[in-house]
Amino acid sequence: MNALKNLVGWVDDRFPLMAMWNDHLAKYYAPKNFNFWYFFGSLALLVLVIQIVTGIFLAMHYKPSAAEAFNSVEYIMRDVEWGWLMRYLHSTGASAFFVVVYLHMFRGLLYGSYKQPRELIWILGMLIYLCLMAEAFFGYLLPWGQMSFWGAQVIISLFGAIPVVGEELAIWIRGDFVVSDATLNRFFSFHIILVPLILLGLVGAHILALHEVGSNNPDGVEIKKKKDENGIPLDGIPFHPYYTVKDIAGVAGFLILFSLILFYAPEMGGFFLEHPNFEPADPLKTPEHIAPVWYFTPYYAILRAVTIDIGPLDSKVLGVMAMGAATVIFFALPWLDRSPVKSIRYRGPLFKTALTIFVIVFFILGYLGTQPVTPLFTVMSQVCSVLYFLFFLLMPIYTKLDKTKPVPERVTFK
Amino acid sequence: MKKLILAILVTALPGFAVAAGGGIPLDSAPIDTGDRESQARGAQTYMQYCLGCHSLKYMRYNRMAEDLGLSDEQLKALMITSEKPGDTILNAMPTAQAEQWFGTKIPDLSLVARSRGSDWLYTYLRTFYADPKRPLGVNNLLFKDVGMPHVLWELQGLKNPVVTKNEHGQEVIERLDPGLPGQLSDAQYDQTVADLVNFLDYVGEPIKQKRERLGFWVLAFLVIFFGLSYALKKEYWRDVH
Repeated sequence: MNALKNLVGWVDDRFPLMAMWNDHLAKYYAPKNFNFWYFFGSLALLVLVIQIVTGIFLAMHYKPSAAEAFNSVEYIMRDVEWGWLMRYLHSTGASAFFVVVYLHMFRGLLYGSYKQPRELIWILGMLIYLCLMAEAFFGYLLPWGQMSFWGAQVIISLFGAIPVVGEELAIWIRGDFVVSDATLNRFFSFHIILVPLILLGLVGAHILALHEVGSNNPDGVEIKKKKDENGIPLDGIPFHPYYTVKDIAGVAGFLILFSLILFYAPEMGGFFLEHPNFEPADPLKTPEHIAPVWYFTPYYAILRAVTIDIGPLDSKVLGVMAMGAATVIFFALPWLDRSPVKSIRYRGPLFKTALTIFVIVFFILGYLGTQPVTPLFTVMSQVCSVLYFLFFLLMPIYTKLDKTKPVPERVTFK
Repeated sequence: MKKLILAILVTALPGFAVAAGGGIPLDSAPIDTGDRESQARGAQTYMQYCLGCHSLKYMRYNRMAEDLGLSDEQLKALMITSEKPGDTILNAMPTAQAEQWFGTKIPDLSLVARSRGSDWLYTYLRTFYADPKRPLGVNNLLFKDVGMPHVLWELQGLKNPVVTKNEHGQEVIERLDPGLPGQLSDAQYDQTVADLVNFLDYVGEPIKQKRERLGFWVLAFLVIFFGLSYALKKEYWRDVH
């Protein structure tokens, strides 16, 4: 015990070990009234670790070449000891990452976590989300199945729609005139080095920014406003051990659901692993129906909803712009929301209605993105796209008009 | 170049509403992942009727023997095209020529149960019918104008289509009637196909059974772990008021 103390002391003279431990865990005071929605931050971190660890093992056996990629994935599934487990952990983890992150973002919407003084946490989080999309997109090409190939082909071709430079840009991204070995190699490099590096940096910054201003809570009350004589927030409890033990229970609950999918439905009915992706990529054979994986489908539906040309911009370019705007508009949320209160508990009916419509619209768009185009579905996706954007664009108005309830001085607990 | 991208976008972006060739409802394949005997029977059918054209290039003979519980003699009897048990299941079909003969690439079937699904395979293999207009004299209800001959015809026999007109006056196949009889009754044939599909389902994911068995223990552990961690949380949180 003494030896351990000496060692810590030795390190502490040279590195802020105990200071970091205290700042981020033992003396980081989090509001005591966190509910179910507050599990998803730590779960996102868990899934990130799962993805990195399984990714390392997969990269030991995977071959990033158009001739060998598909074979090497099957080699991992069949001949590598526990390779199938690593692969399913990674593929299920990809979808789980988006489930967790979408719920984490929804928590932000529910309790106004993006509002002053947490704008920067929100922006860093949104950058993480964009990185995650890039990571998923690059990674999806690697198995070199039909959907990998044609999905990448469709999305990269979208860049070709940009006026003047589009064509050159698409070739520059692919490194070839079509998706090919060159594309696969660079996507592999982006997927295992470039994007994870940025992602880790952003995750660190996201957590640092959070611990600087302190966590929001389901009441949207700033706990730092009421402190005791020692300067500790009255409604705060040390993150460790209280939230570490709570999050361990959350991790166990999450892993139960995760394992159910992993061991009993790794394809998740074609949503997590698409059936056509069990056929090797064939540049000469376009699949009957190309659909992205479920987490991209709301944006894909918005992309396809645009069917009109405006002046020199054709519908394709406008669709790409709409899709881009649909993701980027989240960044503006802290400034679009003019409500004096943070939490949905004290908001009025206008915001509650708007948020409900937004969630429903997001699910409908997600469904439409998986389906082939029909006239009815096109109209539906157009209506939903408009509603999607109205949620953001009208926010300054309805959040200001909304009848809010008085916010309590202290958090409500039990 | 622009044209190619445009063509890709035109075909790809809107997608197509048509399902994989023909719109007949799929019959549910009566297969059981744990039924190794059924899979072994399927393996025999496969080696006899399918392997001539369709390889299983990701499947090794010895892995198959181990998983399906085949003895050395049984395995040897199945190894028609190979000598070493560690080999993958290949054949001697000349790829380029075969493409000329059948008008299409002959697919490897290692993963066909995962890309098409067992129900699709089970339906497909039971819906061949005589069609003199086709080069090989047969057609398929599920996969219209398929390039593959009805390899199992000596088992099933050859069905005759009963053509009627629908409300739009188009000719449609209402059902298949027994035509030329085969060696097996309909029920026996269905069982043979089910065994074959069960085998292909196994080949698609040899680990499936192990995965499901392991899942039980992992979940059992996690449920206990959840109980303990929840109790720990309760204990710690007693002093939070």
